[in-house]
Amino acid sequence: MSLIEIRDVVAGYGGAPILNGVNIAIEQSDIGVIVGPNGAGKSTTLKAVFGLLKVESGAISFAGEDITNSLPDKLVPKGLSFVPQEKNVFTSMSVEENLEMGAFTRNDDFTATLEWVYGMFPPLLEKRHQKAGELSGGQRQMVAMGRALMSQPRLLLLDEPSAGLSPRYVIEIFEQIVKVNKAGVGILMVEQNARQALAFASKGFVLANGQNRFTGTGAELIADPEVARSFLGGEAKR
Amino acid sequence: MNELVFFFNTVLISGVVLGSIYAIGAIGVTLIFGILRFAHFAHGDMMTMGGFIAFLLAMAASAMGIVAPVPTGFVVLPIAMVIAAGIALGLDKVFYAPLRQRGARPVTLLIASIGVTLIIQGLIRLFFGAGNYSFFDTETKQLFKIPVPIEGVTRTINFTMPQLLMVICTVIAVLALHLFLTRSRLGKAMRAMADNADLAQVSGINTKLVVRVTWIIAGALACLAGTMLALDVSLKPDLAFNIVLPIFAAAIVGGLGQSYGAIAGGFLIGFAETLAIFNWAILLRPFKGMVPFELPTQLAIVPTEYKLTVAFVILVVVLLWRPTGIFRGAST
Repeated sequence: MSLIEIRDVVAGYGGAPILNGVNIAIEQSDIGVIVGPNGAGKSTTLKAVFGLLKVESGAISFAGEDITNSLPDKLVPKGLSFVPQEKNVFTSMSVEENLEMGAFTRNDDFTATLEWVYGMFPPLLEKRHQKAGELSGGQRQMVAMGRALMSQPRLLLLDEPSAGLSPRYVIEIFEQIVKVNKAGVGILMVEQNARQALAFASKGFVLANGQNRFTGTGAELIADPEVARSFLGGEAKR
Repeated sequence: MNELVFFFNTVLISGVVLGSIYAIGAIGVTLIFGILRFAHFAHGDMMTMGGFIAFLLAMAASAMGIVAPVPTGFVVLPIAMVIAAGIALGLDKVFYAPLRQRGARPVTLLIASIGVTLIIQGLIRLFFGAGNYSFFDTETKQLFKIPVPIEGVTRTINFTMPQLLMVICTVIAVLALHLFLTRSRLGKAMRAMADNADLAQVSGINTKLVVRVTWIIAGALACLAGTMLALDVSLKPDLAFNIVLPIFAAAIVGGLGQSYGAIAGGFLIGFAETLAIFNWAILLRPFKGMVPFELPTQLAIVPTEYKLTVAFVILVVVLLWRPTGIFRGAST
């Protein structure tokens, strides 16, 4: 049984459903990457998992427990965290306060986790008392991920972590995601930089029109000529 | 020099007192706006109601023969604030929470709060009629006269016991709020939710709890501000009409959603009002005969009856300069 299982999920924003039967399953050791064209339902899938929109049919289970339509304040203590694509830091609060907010659901002492997050993202330690709104895009993304890690999740959902970052930072953020995964946190992320992200994905999911089109390891998907032609912007280069 | 002491008494002391009342009221408005994103129009009436609760308790206390070295109004204040906080929670549960649950837009909540205004005012009139009440029918206001140690100054610096206690209460309330917002987990969660409600929800912050705490604080502070206003002047059912406008102006001038902005806005408007209605001719008196023309005897910027306009002039000027307020608050 996988850590998270999304089975035949149909969901949307009230009108016609955006997701028409999405299936995703990954383990805690995995980095799962969801790719696909605009409007395919990539971000919507993450939001459906995190209870931010209503699942009309299908089921989502986490660590064997049904979490379909559970709300975030129930999901976070279970070990699930979400980093939205935009507005993912509290801009008027300091870096450290942002991280503390990630630990809101915890009643125990979280200083060790705080140290761990600072160890994972060293630039944040220097700027701990600076307002998150004053940081660069790359550093903000670190704050956002750090905040989500403060609840000690087993699975981290990331919505386009590289959006709006310069190419140098994109590589850096991807390296950090791999580091977080190596520390024992499962990753399920949506990415526009599909080829780059699939390169380090242990599982890849290509969505189109709210349905799975291809599923495989990251390497398999990159090597698949049809995936490359339709979704990765051309044949794999040698 | 006597004229300067007079200026100090009428402008600075009154300004601090009025500013305190406006600041404490405006904090409530700005907190509710920050968390719930709507202009809580009934805030002025929550203040009036708080004043009446304190008044009833003070009457009960003096009927029971309780005598304290400070005005009874201040003795019963903590109890009145707890009751007012409870009523604020009840108002939210009955009127605002059901609307939020149905996804009502902020303007719907604003209109609901106008309804709440009418309900509270109606209830107060039902029980108290339309008359004026004073905390000081049975006790006297202790007056402090502090001589100025300068040669030739005969006027004293005057202020009353209630005024002194009001300023102390304001300092305590502001300090307590500051510590709550910057040190406590719940206070930080309140700031987080005001900053970015969606992210607060995603972080697992118990947003319903934050909303409840907001009403508790806003209700208690409204009671404090209302009681202070009643202690400074008098208590009447339509107290809110004269107070709700400057308080909203203070909250907006400071930057909606910004607690420190509301404090700054409150004092700014308090001082502006006392400065605007001050008769500046008094300060010119010593120069009588030194200038070749007749000095005016009346020289106020606005007549006392038009005091309310001051808040709006400030509002317009500040918003032209900084469209989201001094502390850069929310623009929606």
